[in-house]
Amino acid sequence: MNKTIQELEKMARKLRYNVVQMIGVGQKGHLGGSCSLADIVAVLYFSRMKHKPENPSWEDRDRFLLSKGHAALIQYAALAEAGYFSKDEINKVKSLGAMLQGHPDMKTTPGIEANTGSLGQGLSMACGIAAGLKLDKKESNVYCIIGDGEIAEGQIWEAAMTASYYKLDNLVVFLDKNNLQATGQIIRRYNTNPLVEKWLAFGWHVLETDGHNIKEIIETLDKADTIKGQPKLIIAHTIKGKGIPFAEDVVAFHNGELTQDQFEQACKELT
Amino acid sequence: MKIQNPRQVYGETLLELGKENKNIVVLEADLSKSTMSCLFEEQFPNRFFEMGIGEANMTSFAAGLSLTGKVAFTNSFAVFASGRAYDQIRQAICISKLNVKIVGSSAGLSDFGDGSTHQSVEDAAIMRAIPNMTVLVPADGIETRKMTRKIAAYNGPVYMRLNRNDLPDVFPEDEEYEIGEPYLVREGNDIVVFANGIMVSKALNAAEILDKTGISVRVINVSSLKPINEEKIKKFAVGVKGIITAEEHSLIGGLADVITFILRGQNSPIECVGIEDRFGQSAHSYDELLVEYGLTPENIIRSVKKLLS
Repeated sequence: MNKTIQELEKMARKLRYNVVQMIGVGQKGHLGGSCSLADIVAVLYFSRMKHKPENPSWEDRDRFLLSKGHAALIQYAALAEAGYFSKDEINKVKSLGAMLQGHPDMKTTPGIEANTGSLGQGLSMACGIAAGLKLDKKESNVYCIIGDGEIAEGQIWEAAMTASYYKLDNLVVFLDKNNLQATGQIIRRYNTNPLVEKWLAFGWHVLETDGHNIKEIIETLDKADTIKGQPKLIIAHTIKGKGIPFAEDVVAFHNGELTQDQFEQACKELT
Repeated sequence: MKIQNPRQVYGETLLELGKENKNIVVLEADLSKSTMSCLFEEQFPNRFFEMGIGEANMTSFAAGLSLTGKVAFTNSFAVFASGRAYDQIRQAICISKLNVKIVGSSAGLSDFGDGSTHQSVEDAAIMRAIPNMTVLVPADGIETRKMTRKIAAYNGPVYMRLNRNDLPDVFPEDEEYEIGEPYLVREGNDIVVFANGIMVSKALNAAEILDKTGISVRVINVSSLKPINEEKIKKFAVGVKGIITAEEHSLIGGLADVITFILRGQNSPIECVGIEDRFGQSAHSYDELLVEYGLTPENIIRSVKKLLS
């Protein structure tokens, strides 16, 4: 799955397009936080991670946990594009009995590693997986994505202590710093900054990247791979709703509806 | 009657299991010398995870370990294991039926000195309400050992509630233990007492006393609150003049609810012995608390007489 940067950029656009398709018209959906992650998710699934869509439980795979589980749509888009399940499932998302639930569900969806969505818990689970892989002397990495709103949850910091105490250097965490939580700007609603100082103090190796620059995301992951003995945090500077101009940095699209016009406009932007 | 400490037995059994199965991992929130997970830690430091005083993270971390094929046992006091980690148990473990065993130590009023903050009167109710969860309350050391071995072999979430203090043996050594089964501990024809935990031995005490007055009491150990073999419960309730439930737990959401629900529609009168809707408190001894909260053979005898009058 070694794609060129141009191919990955194209893939990220396609993932955003799929997210818009899943939200459709007149239904609520987490557009903003899904789109802020599209480039990172494209790099992980189509360039970085060892995985086999035809064998989701392959034991030497890298793991991906979306701790900010409300952005499930972007992961569903990637899983569908990677071939974990038929793209038809995308049209049935969140309908009664559907494979694709409102938040990631490992029991219904191939490729989902854990049930996440109650915020603050996915990172602890990622730590547990990383520790289990180390016990078994596996080389796999665990990739986990957390949000800048999510880190208000105290459990994130319990997990942060655990990861450094147990030297989980097979754990790479992206912090999706899109600066918005459901009700407004993070710095005005409940400021979780400063980030670098906090994570350094908790014993992590901290890196930063433009979360929408594919080349820089890859280079940052390369750097992270060289760090041993510590868990790694990559602060990804992102824009909520990225790729859909009318939704960029607009809090209403955290979990909003699209009108017919907006839907068409978004589709046009992404094709 | 032999007396054993369930925590000690649990710790020794974990150690045995650790020797037999390299996938057993044990997690602790700084109470290892009380929960007795310290016995496992001494032998298997690599498979023992001290998680600090952080039950929420411990519980989700255990879920993660189980996702790599481990059989994870989390340990804390029952009140914290169930209460502080409720959402983690629900979200990370029960929805996806992960193989994590939550062991609530010092359950009920058994941590007598520490008072209401450390005594769990509602833990079984909280755990029982979660879909996919199995909820178990052993009556003694023998059952604790059999149960611990059985839940390690069962693939799915379990909450096991352990008493802090010594308990007399009531479970037959040669009887096989199965999750979900109620056990006949003593035969009798006038009244049946469905009990679990420490209240099984209290019910036996009551039955012995009543036996001398010509009243015959059947005692059933309902150590599995969920799942439960309903047909057996109904069968055990046949042919008596009255039914009693006895538990060291709130009357809301525990054994009283389980039994009265299963036996709804039948004709025998029912009395429930348990903790009224209130918290625990400190005392100098466990027995003092058991008396204060009505968890005694005498109170069971009173209920029997009421049912027979």
